[in-house]
Amino acid sequence: MAYIANTPDDERIMLERIGLETLDDLFRHLPEELRLNRPLDVPAALSELELTQVVGGILARNHGADQGVCFLGGGAYDHFVPAIVDQLAGRGEFFTAYTPYQPEASQGTLQAVFEYQTLICQLTGMEVSNSSLYDGASAAAEAMFMAISLTGRHGKVVVAETVHPEYRQVLGTFLESLEPVLEVVPATGGVVDARSMAAAVDDRTAAVVFQHPNFLGGLEDARALVAAAHAKGALAIEIVDPMSLGLLAPPSSHGVDIVVGEGQCLGNPLCYGGPYLGILACRGEYVRKMPGRIVGETVDRDGKRCWVLALQTREQHIRREKATSNICTNQGLLALRASIYLAVMGPRGLRLAAESSTRKAHYAASSLAAIPGFELAFPGAFFKEFVIRTALDPNELLANVLRQGYHGGIALGRFDPSLADCILIAVTEKRTREEIDGLVRAFERASSDLQARTAPTHRAKATGLASVAAP
Amino acid sequence: MYKLVQPPLLFESSRAGRGTAVLPPCDVPDRPLDELIPADQQRLTPPPLPELGELDVVRHYTNLSTLNMSIDSNFYPLGSCTMKYNPKRNERLAALPGLLAQHPYQDESTLQGLLAILYDLQEILAEIAGLDAVSLQPAAGAQGELTALLVAARYFREKGDSRSQVLIPDSAHGTNPASAHLSGFDAVTIKSDGRGLVDLEDFKAKLSDQTAVFMMTNPNTAGLFDPQVREIADLLHARGGLLYLDGANMNAILGVVRPGDMGVDLMHYNPHKTFSGPHGGGGPGAGPIAVRDRLAPFLPAPIVARKAGGEYYLDHDRPHSIGRVRSFFGNTGVLFRAYCYIRSQGPQGLKRIAQHAVLNANYLKALVDDVYPVPYDGPCMHEFVASARTFAKDKGVRAMDIAKRLIDYNVHAPTIYFPLIVSEALMIEPTETESRETLESFAEILLAIAAEDPETLHRAPHTTPISRPDEVKAAKQPVLSWQG
Repeated sequence: MAYIANTPDDERIMLERIGLETLDDLFRHLPEELRLNRPLDVPAALSELELTQVVGGILARNHGADQGVCFLGGGAYDHFVPAIVDQLAGRGEFFTAYTPYQPEASQGTLQAVFEYQTLICQLTGMEVSNSSLYDGASAAAEAMFMAISLTGRHGKVVVAETVHPEYRQVLGTFLESLEPVLEVVPATGGVVDARSMAAAVDDRTAAVVFQHPNFLGGLEDARALVAAAHAKGALAIEIVDPMSLGLLAPPSSHGVDIVVGEGQCLGNPLCYGGPYLGILACRGEYVRKMPGRIVGETVDRDGKRCWVLALQTREQHIRREKATSNICTNQGLLALRASIYLAVMGPRGLRLAAESSTRKAHYAASSLAAIPGFELAFPGAFFKEFVIRTALDPNELLANVLRQGYHGGIALGRFDPSLADCILIAVTEKRTREEIDGLVRAFERASSDLQARTAPTHRAKATGLASVAAP
Repeated sequence: MYKLVQPPLLFESSRAGRGTAVLPPCDVPDRPLDELIPADQQRLTPPPLPELGELDVVRHYTNLSTLNMSIDSNFYPLGSCTMKYNPKRNERLAALPGLLAQHPYQDESTLQGLLAILYDLQEILAEIAGLDAVSLQPAAGAQGELTALLVAARYFREKGDSRSQVLIPDSAHGTNPASAHLSGFDAVTIKSDGRGLVDLEDFKAKLSDQTAVFMMTNPNTAGLFDPQVREIADLLHARGGLLYLDGANMNAILGVVRPGDMGVDLMHYNPHKTFSGPHGGGGPGAGPIAVRDRLAPFLPAPIVARKAGGEYYLDHDRPHSIGRVRSFFGNTGVLFRAYCYIRSQGPQGLKRIAQHAVLNANYLKALVDDVYPVPYDGPCMHEFVASARTFAKDKGVRAMDIAKRLIDYNVHAPTIYFPLIVSEALMIEPTETESRETLESFAEILLAIAAEDPETLHRAPHTTPISRPDEVKAAKQPVLSWQG
């Protein structure tokens, strides 16, 4: 009952006006046999104080990146979020507005989205950006649909094995009911080989999808992968980490057709996987096949510059089953946060964040690889994330490291059995040298703990004391 | 009195060399960058982002925000969007590190609090739906629709049944046919009858062994509860089809009728509507789906499960699952707010939401329907659709003009020109969190506008920082980013 404004008097007056006696009468035109004749079986109501205590207490049972030092990545990163992002995006006028259907009453949101689109173009070098999609993976799926529609090819979509496994799953889910098949080009040495890619692409291929930096952190030969797609008339879709674009060559310089990415790293919190921010930008000529909302510049009746939702004839509320996509909202708030983030960081701040992440990741990688029994799994260049290979059980190792206060990395066996001896480690600009040194010590200690635990058994067996030593 | 002004674009305020110190210098031993990243992989020039001071950015966005109408500042009766109050208590909880600082790949032992909440939410959403199993994964209502249709497609495929059609009423949201198309089905339109309900004869005529799913919105987009739903479900089930509910209008029936009891087999929720997630200027939402037992094996993975010992875990071992529709768990931040909202209401509170949402809509309708006729009349649910067609005919005043004029009176416009089955539609949803005074004041405004001269309405709004934008120009010569 927390937020109902009508008083009992109001209730009476209003019911009287519509000729009813009780609140239940409001539903008397619903068939009796459909109506629920018991209260819902849900927990009892809590006051604000109780809710704060109860839910706050449940949340306190989590032990996240605030409590353990976070080296987890895999598409979601613990980058620094400046205070200004929370303060401004939290303003009720942004937070509690909806899709800007009435432009005269929504210029704040519309201009912010127009600026977001511009910032994404500046970052990627592409000509047009939409107003955002749900997350990186669904943006990749939307790009794939675009490519199928633009090329009119229904044979297959080719995806690099180094694309995030969950993204590949999403592409597969959406293709399952449709004609094209999803073909995976295997990785060699942590990247995909452009010749293998070229061999997989044929003249019924709609798109080549690759990620750069890839899921394992490595840098792909993006220009060669794009060339492999274009050689057979397929479109090239590049999945980017927008943070990397402070340092790395923009996707436009690879000649790519559609760019997608996960914008969580731009001022958005980890929040257990969502809501996140799907980025999608492309060549100008494809704009009418773009999914999602797009804001455009125009003038009002007095010639004054202003902004509106543009190109709505692509969309589901007008085109229905012929629409470019079923999407009807963007991730407005997350796009706003990304814009505020980029505005306050500027070109130098973004460069520093990207470069610090790279330098710290390399420092961590060389320090960890120096521990006996650990090595870098792949030889190539990487951005802020890398893979360590170990003879020890990664899950046990990471559990031990966690007990020492570090979210030490992701055991890759959960995604790929052939990487069961590998750990993916991400380092952002937030990590200090002290924290990285601490992680290295934690790995060393975990390593000796795990070896010590297995070693006595060997010794016991060797000396024939197993039965004596057993508890 | 200060004036609302449009700030210049961020890019126009940029000055070379301006900036804000946010990050410290890098503290690990320096190595030449080219040793780390090959030179040909590096940017040659920095991205041309704007250069601004922190105060520039603060003023910019603060001024921009004042150009918006929002629930916090205005009555916002945008039909179909359920623009109810977004409780501040949920925001404070949602800002706690126990939510915000949780990485999706953390060890499950470090996530027991959050997984408990998500598990409970699955159970609660199943109970409210009267269905058996829930996936919290879909990122928005439209993605929930698509996910549910993929679940249906997989269900039929595993039965060796190759049905090709999804039936959709002409009053449905545009997302329904778009989702049907994306999931590989053909969308077949079912007419509405003279009452604004499903035309049962047309439904029967189009129902066949090719019918996979009938997508129903009930209450429908005209704000009417379709009492034929059980009969429709029975006819559909007899032919082996599934009944889908677009849950956009769940606010009207919380604790009153359960979709499962209507014969619904699968549905999506819009927790940002029904359970009051802030709409954020167009998102984020979430689109959890609920299904009957026999469809549960096909839900996306993972699902939150509980071991015998009470420990929560993510169940990825779902061999019949359609797979994933997005990365990571779901829009946890939106789902968390829905959980807080439901916990604040309890069983009686949830039912009172429906009662007062319906009371407010019927009361408001009674105050205005003499002047703004409601073509499909009768008791409405949480919203009603009035028509401005008599104004259009008599005075040349269209729904658009009324919507624009409302802004001058400091209220947001209703949804207009939807549903498509009502000409000059004004779709009005007051929600339960508005008071009688607000409704009465809105009714007075609507009646006052009805008496205004057409020229005033055609030129409205008069008080906003901009007048009506030229949408044709925006479509014909699209300018979608700052051109410098």
